[in-house]
Amino acid sequence: MMSESQELYQALIMERSKAPHFAGRPEAFDAQGQGENAMCGDRVQVFWQRGGVVRHEAHGCAIMTASADLMAQAVAEKTPSQMTALRGAFEEVVTSGRENPALGDLNALAGVAQYRSRIRCATLPWVALAEALKEGQVHG
Amino acid sequence: MSVREFNLDEIRKDFPILAQQVHGRKLVFLDSAASAQKPRAVIDAMVHVMEAQYANVHRGLHWMSERTSDAYEAARDKVAAFLNAQAREEIVFTRNATESINLVAYTHGRTALRPGDAVVVSEMEHHANLVPWQMLRDAHGVELRIAKITDSGEIDWESLEAQFADGKVKLLAITHMSNVLGSYTPAERLVAFAHARGAKVLLDGCQAIVHRAVDVQALDVDFYVFSGHKLYGPTGIGVLYAKRELLDAMPPFMAGGEMIESVSYQRTKWAQPPHRFEAGTPAIVETIGLGAAIDYVQALGFEAIAAHERALTEHGLKVLAGIEDLRVLGAAQDRGGVLSFTMPDAHAHDIATLLDRQGIAVRAGHHCAEPLMGRMGVTATARASFALYTTREEIDALGAGLLRIRQMFK
Ligand SMILES: Cc1ncc(COP(=O)(O)O)c(C=O)c1O
Repeated sequence: MMSESQELYQALIMERSKAPHFAGRPEAFDAQGQGENAMCGDRVQVFWQRGGVVRHEAHGCAIMTASADLMAQAVAEKTPSQMTALRGAFEEVVTSGRENPALGDLNALAGVAQYRSRIRCATLPWVALAEALKEGQVHG
Repeated sequence: MSVREFNLDEIRKDFPILAQQVHGRKLVFLDSAASAQKPRAVIDAMVHVMEAQYANVHRGLHWMSERTSDAYEAARDKVAAFLNAQAREEIVFTRNATESINLVAYTHGRTALRPGDAVVVSEMEHHANLVPWQMLRDAHGVELRIAKITDSGEIDWESLEAQFADGKVKLLAITHMSNVLGSYTPAERLVAFAHARGAKVLLDGCQAIVHRAVDVQALDVDFYVFSGHKLYGPTGIGVLYAKRELLDAMPPFMAGGEMIESVSYQRTKWAQPPHRFEAGTPAIVETIGLGAAIDYVQALGFEAIAAHERALTEHGLKVLAGIEDLRVLGAAQDRGGVLSFTMPDAHAHDIATLLDRQGIAVRAGHHCAEPLMGRMGVTATARASFALYTTREEIDALGAGLLRIRQMFK
């Protein structure tokens, strides 16, 4: 019945929103960033540790939470400039709806392109990550 | 008095958009509290103005302008009769309810209220009836007080008494029906209460006006505001009703053409109300459209509309109660067809997106009432709202959709 929406709310997204793999505030981290969507009250905190370890605390919809988790997975062991490049590629996927073979699981969010008002949800964690990286540069 | 039988099948045919499909499915439009769909009569009236009878109003000496002015002013008569105002001059046309409230805050607020006076609003106001008073507070030194509501979404009279206790309150600005909880407020009692304590009352009638007959003289209310677009009329036209003596004392809100009697470089004499408050070329086509919308609902009659919507609301509450763990916000005794709800784990936006794929339009978010969200302990809700064209089957479709979503997120 809900075939099309299940494209967006597919198993990987439901799984990661219900039981994220990279959630929780780490005991030690080098920088953190916040993302907030005033329209719906979604909030996400992203913690960055040198060496490419990222964790998140997401409070909001399934798309945002799953996106935060898939982001943390995708940026593992990456340098800040690689993370920034990934953000650009990811934003291209969620706005165009065209998958990018280099992005792996992040492509699960490509379906969000059909829901203009929800693209913000998918990109919010990346805004928080960018803020963390900026803070990391200043203090590091 | 209704002059037309309430036949839902026939009524739905009056609204061309209801035949549209969304994502290949029949449109189930449950977002009328945000803005209602328009009947053919409104669309036709607006097209007719532009095709057959259009010119600027109150300016031309030619035939077209005179006819258009007549049609425009006839809409004012319709609104005056609709609200049972004492005089047509008590009806000011604005862009929307938001502008109507701002008009009162800037004019009445800055002249009749003095620094140290207080304005009271409730915890369940739309931002449109909160932010203008905050701005008045900051610019003019009046105090802004918030009267509490109960958990069921009704006026907390003890709190209201306390806000008025020191005699400083000069204005109570309060909703007539919450756009989130669906609660009606007891307008007559509120007005009597405030008047007995020396305060004027502004009622935000955006939601209430759509569902029940409003008689401003019976209520004895000082200001009443609403928007045309929620009342099956067009966007761009709103109404401010105010008692004549209050309008007389109010300075203009905006300046320009139309609002003056005579202008020289030394001195400008303001026009009498309502034109004093209608600077510039008004929304001519939209105002005439609003007149047609009022004719439309009056032909059906609020008795029949309210009976239909009461049955829908009861059915809606029953359907929502049947969904495991779903929480409906508020439980006022006197409530209308605006139902806000949350589900554990499924965020309001997820609910709205998933329903949308089934052709069901609901609203999700804070509904321009962020402080109320905080009061009810949520950050966002999904909201289904009913109109005179809503059917039981549409509410059943909502219920079925929500059941599936519940299963997905469990
Ligand atoms: C209770 C209430 N007040 C005020 C408004 C503002 O109406 P508008 O945006 O048409 O000015 C709304 C509409 O959302 C409302 O529901």
